[in-house]
Amino acid sequence: MEAWSTAAEIAEAVAQGRTSAIAVTEAALARIKERDGVLNAFTAVTAERALAKARAVDAARAAGRPLGPLAGVPIAVKNLFDVAGLPTLAGSKINRTRAAATVDAPLITRLESAGAVLLGALNMGEYAYDFTGENVHDGPSRNPHDTGRMTGGSSGGSGGSVAGGLVPIALGSDTNGSIRVPSSFCGLFGLKPTYGRLTRARTFPFVASLDHLGPLARSARDLALAYDAMQGPDAEDPVCTTRLPEPALPTLDKGIGGLRIAVAGGYFERGAGPEVIQAMSLVSQELKANDIIELPEVARARAAAFVITTSEGGALHLDRLRTRAGDFDPATRDRLIAGAMVPASLVTKAQKFRRWYRAQVLQLFERYDAILAPATPMTAPKLGQQTMMLDGAEVPLRANIGIYTQPISFIGLPVVCVPLPLRPLPIGVQIIAAPWREDIALRIAHHLEGAQVAQAPRPPL
Amino acid sequence: MSEIDDKALEAYIKAAAAALGVPIEDAWMPSIRANLAVSVRLANIVADFELPDESEPAPVFEA
Repeated sequence: MEAWSTAAEIAEAVAQGRTSAIAVTEAALARIKERDGVLNAFTAVTAERALAKARAVDAARAAGRPLGPLAGVPIAVKNLFDVAGLPTLAGSKINRTRAAATVDAPLITRLESAGAVLLGALNMGEYAYDFTGENVHDGPSRNPHDTGRMTGGSSGGSGGSVAGGLVPIALGSDTNGSIRVPSSFCGLFGLKPTYGRLTRARTFPFVASLDHLGPLARSARDLALAYDAMQGPDAEDPVCTTRLPEPALPTLDKGIGGLRIAVAGGYFERGAGPEVIQAMSLVSQELKANDIIELPEVARARAAAFVITTSEGGALHLDRLRTRAGDFDPATRDRLIAGAMVPASLVTKAQKFRRWYRAQVLQLFERYDAILAPATPMTAPKLGQQTMMLDGAEVPLRANIGIYTQPISFIGLPVVCVPLPLRPLPIGVQIIAAPWREDIALRIAHHLEGAQVAQAPRPPL
Repeated sequence: MSEIDDKALEAYIKAAAAALGVPIEDAWMPSIRANLAVSVRLANIVADFELPDESEPAPVFEA
């Protein structure tokens, strides 16, 4: 197997005995050693654990026991997931003094039950309050397509590790765009499932109202493989659905026949750079999506997501702001302090607006099965970049990277971000489906990949 | 709702910091003020949208 093999290819090769899990794992560890000095995607490499797990997969095969659909597939997780033996950093300095986790997060357990091999924990923006993938404590994760550029955040190491060919699948979290933004900047497929679909137990939270977990990969099939393995109820996360798993793999190859697909216009066209316009045009042409629709009050939705985020984030970190303010990235600290001071009356209004907006948007899904929207207003910015041009005006970069993702996660809609392999840098398009219809978004993503419109480009490493 | 001016916002921040027990240094004030000004502006854009008194917030609690 080589660096760019998909998870599906690796699992098949391991199952057929064309390679072994130990060989795949050793090769992945060697790639991390070779490339991660530059990419800075990993904050911990769990080599011994990985080798032990790989040996167990190979032993199972030798004994004739059935192998899971991810047999021998290397994976890595954003460092806000509990990994037994590691403190759960969530990108912070403060959490370094926490006791090591004693048990893995259930999503890791579920992937490993399917045969996956955990290689380590990944760099991320501090406490996930970030769209850049930069981190003052660990250094920035670097974009494999241009190591002078951002991976996007906050799941920066998740983007860098998969785009850089270190692992085929990584897990991230997405509160306002933190899976979709790195997928866009790094040229990857990313799935932000429906709010409540995947358990968030034993992961470090950010905004309880908006936090989601999900996979990033180099193919839609790999997203579906990981997603199907992770579904299922979990009493440990009160938000996690009690619906039974609804696997997406069985319908992945069903094509797009009969699907009604619209393009989100208005708000989603304003501020779009030339790459965004090109990407949207390529995708909508392939999908014959001719209807342009407007999401109602979408700017207010983005504003409400912003307010709920900063307020819940401020509340989460209040004790640490009281006692360890000097140990935060100053930029995160000041956002969180301000967040803790937003009047509660305004936050409650935002939560009321959220229910209204949800009802309005759900009406659109009576007419359409999926809605297309850009993922980011630009391709990967340079590391350290502070401002960007939007609608002809120079505006702060950080706050505007998520303008297209925030109004969607705000009401928990499932989204697959697909990569357009534009030159010199890739960019993503969001395929947005109705709640609980991840299968439709994945089908469309898989179709676009088959048509070679969406592809995860290989960087010149 | 009208825009809040810098001086009023700083006074609010100082009072809120005392109420919350979050010590803040003078050097942090411009950045905290800028962040809060954006949040309050955006929050008021949301709050200006008229909804009936009976409208329910999004989160649902199950007893």
